[in-house]
Amino acid sequence: MTVDIDSERARDSAPAVVAARGGVRRRPRRRWGDRLLFAWTWLIIIWLALPIAVMIMFSFNNPHGRFNFTWVGFTLKWYGPHLLDYPSLTTAMENSLLVAFAATVGSVVLGTLVGLALGKYRFRGLGTANLVQFAAISAPDIVLASSLLAFFVTLRVPLGLPTIIVAHIMFCLSFVAVTVRARVLTLDRSLEEAARDLGAGPWATFRLVTLPLIFPGVLAGALLAFAISIDDFVVTSFVSGSTQTFPLWIWSATRNGLPPQVDVLGTLIFVAGLIIAATSALLGRRGTR
Amino acid sequence: MEQQERDAVATRLPEPAVLADKPAEVPSKHLVPVFDVQNVSIFYGSFRAVTDVSLTIYENEITAFIGSSGSGKSTVLRAFNRMNDLVPSAHMDGEIDYRGESLYAPNVSPVAVRRRIGMVFQKPNPFPKSIYENVAYGPRINGIRKKSQLDEIVESSLHKAALWDEVKNRLGASGLGLSGGQAQRLCIARTIAVEPDVVLMDEPASALDPIATGRIEDLMHELKSQYTIVIVTHNMQQATRVSDRTAFFSVLVNPDSDTRTGVLVEYGPTQQIFENPHDRRTEAYVTGRIG
Repeated sequence: MTVDIDSERARDSAPAVVAARGGVRRRPRRRWGDRLLFAWTWLIIIWLALPIAVMIMFSFNNPHGRFNFTWVGFTLKWYGPHLLDYPSLTTAMENSLLVAFAATVGSVVLGTLVGLALGKYRFRGLGTANLVQFAAISAPDIVLASSLLAFFVTLRVPLGLPTIIVAHIMFCLSFVAVTVRARVLTLDRSLEEAARDLGAGPWATFRLVTLPLIFPGVLAGALLAFAISIDDFVVTSFVSGSTQTFPLWIWSATRNGLPPQVDVLGTLIFVAGLIIAATSALLGRRGTR
Repeated sequence: MEQQERDAVATRLPEPAVLADKPAEVPSKHLVPVFDVQNVSIFYGSFRAVTDVSLTIYENEITAFIGSSGSGKSTVLRAFNRMNDLVPSAHMDGEIDYRGESLYAPNVSPVAVRRRIGMVFQKPNPFPKSIYENVAYGPRINGIRKKSQLDEIVESSLHKAALWDEVKNRLGASGLGLSGGQAQRLCIARTIAVEPDVVLMDEPASALDPIATGRIEDLMHELKSQYTIVIVTHNMQQATRVSDRTAFFSVLVNPDSDTRTGVLVEYGPTQQIFENPHDRRTEAYVTGRIG
């Protein structure tokens, strides 16, 4: 049996391999395993990408009214001025972008400092501080949300954009801190010492040596923070007051039907994310070379 | 320096402890002290890394620190350019004078100290930048902006580090692409680009193969005419090959408290330390019986 399979495999692959290399080369083994893995990989990719594909498809749909659930016909009109047909949606999207940028900047600055401290120094409370980072990541959103709401209400802070931003910085911070810390742990400390030795002060050392070295971690943290912030629903809905963000608007709009503008905005966010991810991958590849 | 001054300096020299009774080996009067270490103990938190070290490092000599792990030789080396300052828990008792001035005086800036006293590390650690930028880094930090001037410094530093011929056609290539020995010579070029007075080397060849090590040692001999070099090494043959003077450090264990600390056992001309050690511990170490 084994012999059969082997000889068949040999017959299949030998001419191709010989033709390709023009010489002796061991035939590839585990061909069926490879094929299975290949099929499985694509199945997973399709499964993951299907909702996105549907969203992108329906952003080109031309429905009658607000119910964009059945395919009517192709149009590009939602990618024009009609995108702004719902002023409340436009405002919600602006709020979401504002919150995401503010939360990214805030959490990157604070999270990088936290990550540096956790990665570089040994101090009393280091273990606890580390644990708190992971606890904040693993805590259910709903718990964070209700405690944040209780916190703001107790302090009589009026709910709105500022409270959303504070809340987002709070839950994005840990993600940045963890990614930066991982990078700092791999940092060769003697590089900083070498910079100090050449006469660089603490700030120049950080700017010219430490920051460029941990930058991939900072960038990854920033992208993560932005992505988590822009689509956050649970925490935002608790601390938003009457302010609407993109996810909140969609949630309240589902009852009256989702207009194609939502799919268009979703598609645009997705494409922007894709571009950023591709750029960072390219930069990363260039950086390691 | 005037001859009279020099003589005055020479007579002021504190003699290395174990040499005090050997008048024949008192340094000749042309020696200029660079570092004068008096009763230095260095602590990390409550851990006493090294205890009561006194020795003098002389200009244009290579001084080797040898001894087993934990004997405090690197700690003392790092005290010379105040690198221990970067460790929050570290503190030092005693006095280190650098060319007659207290290195740890409150008005002395560690940054200024480190510009004068360069350091080469155990593992070659070029910055993840181009070869050119690695060497130009120090001069830039110190305010040199003119391209022509930087070019000149980069070329002369790489020449001095015996690396120029190997890299002159690829100065823009990453410093990380060099072999271990080349990378360490790049680090030496980076250090001497800021024209230090002293070069400290913390086991500079321990990560290199014998051929690369040989090149670093040759380089040290060449650099000796312009710089004062202090090298920490685990390799006794290296100490005998390169150094003029050797300090032997050892670990002292306190059996009562089970604490250990580094001590300077013996300091003298390298030949004397290896051929005619005065201390039994030195003899045991250099003949290979311990450590």
